[in-house]
Amino acid sequence: MKHNIYIYILVMFLVSYGLRALPLTLIRKEIKNRTIRSFLYYVPYVTLAVMTFPAIMDSTGAPLAGLLALVIGMVAAWFGAGLFPTAIICSLVVFFAELFLHV
Amino acid sequence: MNKDNRHWFLNGLKDGIPIAAGYFAVSFALGITARNAGLSAFQATLASLLTNTSSGEYAGFAVMASDASYFTMAVMILIVCARYLLMSISLSQKLPENTSLFHRMLVGFWITDEIYGASSTLPGKLNPFYNYGCAICSLSFWALGTCLGVVVGNILPARLVSAFGVLLFGMFLAIIMPEGKRNKVVACLIFISMAASFACAKLPVVSNISEGTRIIILTVVISLFAAVLFPIKDDHFDEDKANKNMAASVDETDDKVKTGEEK
Repeated sequence: MKHNIYIYILVMFLVSYGLRALPLTLIRKEIKNRTIRSFLYYVPYVTLAVMTFPAIMDSTGAPLAGLLALVIGMVAAWFGAGLFPTAIICSLVVFFAELFLHV
Repeated sequence: MNKDNRHWFLNGLKDGIPIAAGYFAVSFALGITARNAGLSAFQATLASLLTNTSSGEYAGFAVMASDASYFTMAVMILIVCARYLLMSISLSQKLPENTSLFHRMLVGFWITDEIYGASSTLPGKLNPFYNYGCAICSLSFWALGTCLGVVVGNILPARLVSAFGVLLFGMFLAIIMPEGKRNKVVACLIFISMAASFACAKLPVVSNISEGTRIIILTVVISLFAAVLFPIKDDHFDEDKANKNMAASVDETDDKVKTGEEK
């Protein structure tokens, strides 16, 4: 690895903290631009969706187990399962799926 | 700490307990990711204590694993954590105007999806000590889980590691799906994003681009298209304001009302 992990962490800290603290300390007025507000609104959903698939299939021993966890997790979250239950459900699906798939 | 602050701090601690349980499991998975990216337990715990963000840290560790530039890391965190900007703006309206710079900076430091969710939905103005209670309770487990993920992740059987690793994705799904249910545009975007992400990961040429850069490009392009084609209605943001006005009138009549069972 050519890069220093502590500098990586420092960059992570500075950027994430800047995003969190600057508006709180500087901007007291609301952002008026509708496109910027819409963009900021959509960003988390798009980025989390992009990060989840297909990565979820690479994180498991068998890609099929990851795919099953994705589908069942989405259904569970759709029907109101919270953060913790959804995470546990996905985890159990992978565990049992890999058991049956003999990974 | 005066009596009011103490009260809000304890309230925050209490509300932080379920968040802590979720964080512990998820950060354990994050620790495993960190270990795979080559971080020591100390480094991973430090990253968790300083950044407090599941998706941001996950993305950050992915950048480290691919040994990309510091600039890539900065852009990556900027994109993945962009939502904190919105939360910070929202909380700036929620804090009393005379809140000191110190408190503003500390509240900002501990903005997470869950702490924001809990504190921004409280009635009336926000006492920063609520956030501190919530953060100290939940984020200590966030750091502990990350640390244990690195240390114990080593000796866990592969099957358990892959089961734990999926916890994080489960949490992501739990964050995005409820909004998808409320908003059909978001629901479509989730599917489009996943399909595009899959295509980019498998197609020749584009799949050579690193995962981190791919996430950034897809996020910006898809969100920008959505923002231009489907700008959100103004009442989406006015919801907050309406709540605040309602609570403000209660505020003056009886301060003790809002200190009751608000959760």
